[in-house]
Amino acid sequence: MNTPKELRYSEEHEWVRLEDGKVRIGITDFAQSELGDIVFVELPEVGAEVTANEPFGSVESVKTVSELYAPVSGKVVEVNEALNDNPEFVNESPYEKAWMIVVELSDPSEIDNLLTAEQYEEMINQE
Amino acid sequence: MLKRTPLFSVYAEYGAKTIDFGGWELPVQFSSIKEEHEAVRTRAGLFDVSHMGEFEVKGKDSLAFLQKMMTNDVSKLADGRAQYTLMCYENGGTVDDLLIYKKADDHYLLVVNAANIEKDFNWLREHIFGDVELVNISDEIAQLALQGPLAESVLQKLADIDLSSLKFFGFQDDVHLQGVKALVSRTGYTGEDGFEIYCRAEDAIKLWHAILEVGKEDGVLPCGLGARDTLRFEACLPLYGQELSKDITPIEAGLGFAVKTNKEADFFGKAVLQKQKEEGASRKLVGIEMIDKGIPRHGYEVYADGESIGVVTTGTQSPMTKRNIGLALVKTEFASLDTLVEVDIRGKRLKAKVVATPFYKRAK
Repeated sequence: MNTPKELRYSEEHEWVRLEDGKVRIGITDFAQSELGDIVFVELPEVGAEVTANEPFGSVESVKTVSELYAPVSGKVVEVNEALNDNPEFVNESPYEKAWMIVVELSDPSEIDNLLTAEQYEEMINQE
Repeated sequence: MLKRTPLFSVYAEYGAKTIDFGGWELPVQFSSIKEEHEAVRTRAGLFDVSHMGEFEVKGKDSLAFLQKMMTNDVSKLADGRAQYTLMCYENGGTVDDLLIYKKADDHYLLVVNAANIEKDFNWLREHIFGDVELVNISDEIAQLALQGPLAESVLQKLADIDLSSLKFFGFQDDVHLQGVKALVSRTGYTGEDGFEIYCRAEDAIKLWHAILEVGKEDGVLPCGLGARDTLRFEACLPLYGQELSKDITPIEAGLGFAVKTNKEADFFGKAVLQKQKEEGASRKLVGIEMIDKGIPRHGYEVYADGESIGVVTTGTQSPMTKRNIGLALVKTEFASLDTLVEVDIRGKRLKAKVVATPFYKRAK
């Protein structure tokens, strides 16, 4: 399972990439592998507010629907529209092509609550 | 503790992810639902369906007993043939849907859904009469399903009979498949040509490996319940607990072809089902396709003109066509083609319309 060292992670299997006061968010390699073939991704609009640990969208595999939980709070400033037509990016490239939203942090200290790559790996190894 | 089939120990070797399916620990997928689905539509796939239940019915009053219990006309069944039928309660609600194999006038094999084994067995036993012996042999029998356009040519490499002589819904007992004795039936639950193979539980692993080995060059894949569900759904074959239940009659589910109200014998549910056949049922199972973006799922409510008119029984995105489709049990006045409806998808009412079924039909 691929868990890039430079990212932070939530217990709900989202990854977070710090980008200069903003963060880019997606779901982890572990999450996509557990979900199977992703066929639909539902994301918020640009301008929407997301709240840490609250749902901000959903991903659907052939079998199931799973909610996406925001790892941090803030305003959505970018949404990956490519996932509308290419939900399979989530399986093929969870950390690059399948980024989901970019959020302007309302409380940068929330980052400190997130897991490091080592902590996240330890968590999934216990599952 | 979840129940396991005789094949449980080989799942890991083929990369299976298992789930709890009605108390059974079964593989939901081996590689990916999409790949497995495609394999069955274009080549062939092998399924472990050993969780299914098998009952033997023996004795000289077997036919009279089955005629009383089943909606289909079991008297029309010839030796070496299988029949799809349902068992209903007196109110027309469905006990289960099943296959009956006729081995001889006084010997039948019933194949029932895993989740219903105990219920079905008790229901049958409660109503037994005359010279009839009913035996639950589910634990002794394993079942594999090899499904897809290449199923015949793959299985032929192992079989000591000419499989092309086996017609749809025909079966042959005591076939030797590379040393394994099996009942081979030209039936399935995918909408493709294929076989269901019943063997002794202790032979299942040998047969599983043998089929995958001879099927390798043709791209035969081990397949899980996920693909089994999307395949049967596209072909609009019902799943008990979704399209059928104690609260849904076979007529409502569009299975009138297996309800022979004109057969002489009285059977459970006959009066209600006859009335529904003649006058139409108040609900009907229809196909729906989303117009708005979204995927209908089991249990989602369906609306028209602002009122609830029914519920989605199964829904997904079709792995081959990518259409977001579902089966829904709706009030009959909203069942005609192109009727506009709305599906409540997690709090949002999204537009859909009634479309023709089945969603998939194989070219003959």
